[in-house]
Amino acid sequence: MTIPALGQEYSAGTVKITQLWTREVPPSSKVAGGYMTITNRGSEPDTLVGGSLVGAGGFEVHQMETVGGQMKMRELKPGLVINPGETIVLKPGASHAMFLDLKTPPKVGQVIFAKAGKVDVEYKVEPLGARAPTDRGPVSKSDTAHEHH
Amino acid sequence: MSTTSVAHLFRVVVWGAAAGVAIAGGYLYLRTPSQSRFELPVRTAIGGPFTLTTVEGKPFSSEMLKGRPYALFFGFTNCPDVCPTTLLEMSNALTALGPDGDRLNVLFVTVDPEHDTAEHLKTYLSAFDQRIIGLTGSADVIASVARAYHVFYEKVPTSSGYTMNHTAAVFLMDRKGALAGTTSHEESETVQHDKLRRLLSR
Repeated sequence: MTIPALGQEYSAGTVKITQLWTREVPPSSKVAGGYMTITNRGSEPDTLVGGSLVGAGGFEVHQMETVGGQMKMRELKPGLVINPGETIVLKPGASHAMFLDLKTPPKVGQVIFAKAGKVDVEYKVEPLGARAPTDRGPVSKSDTAHEHH
Repeated sequence: MSTTSVAHLFRVVVWGAAAGVAIAGGYLYLRTPSQSRFELPVRTAIGGPFTLTTVEGKPFSSEMLKGRPYALFFGFTNCPDVCPTTLLEMSNALTALGPDGDRLNVLFVTVDPEHDTAEHLKTYLSAFDQRIIGLTGSADVIASVARAYHVFYEKVPTSSGYTMNHTAAVFLMDRKGALAGTTSHEESETVQHDKLRRLLSR
């Protein structure tokens, strides 16, 4: 069995969830994005339909994209479909969980799948404006990888 | 009106419109031999005078910006990604610019004035560089400023509240108040800082 190098891994039904993270929010802001990597190892599609977060009034599944310089966001109903064999990365600028009406900083909660059901999860809280979780290691922006001799 | 005459009228309108498009297209094509046919030949003016309200509740006129370049962008405080990211990057840029940063005005205009009062904006912006000027105003005033910058925004209802679609660009305005370019959170920090340095040297 492979043990993930870093970070918590959650499994339920045919779904595996890794790299859960969120960000600190500016004071008085009531929203935050929840990010994670979801893999469906089964032969049937499953759907991330919602969830909850301790200290938040709402949890929605959102799709975000930038089209012609415009940031466009909408709620995905009934949710985000993960097809068999597919891995979807929820990240800034793409689909994400939207925590609403935050009363305390985001940290722990549940995600709910149509088939796999409820999964208790914990998010790694990154600083304001972080673009990726820090425990992922350095992300190479170049294709010219160093040769090891 | 009979069905036949409706159909006739429809044909007239459709062909009339098609002819109009063809004439306009030909005109643009002939007028701009050196440019792409799909580019507008006239540069549209971006920006213009405005009076908004600061986080202290005081009026802020664009007259106060005269003689200094500025970076202006639109957003709202219940924005999970683009707005805090852009504000953080502008804060980092002001730090990276060193003393030159003091010559650059950075303005954040809310597109959600109903929610983003002066007081609310002040609390929100306390997380960022204190030189950033937060601006709000009445719905009408915000709408006219957004129009002047050709900025689009709209409220999108969701099951437990709302979110907003909006233009994510940061408008880089020179010391005369003319558009010098744009940047955005999608560009690397290096590119953003270079553009701001160039703006300051104009």
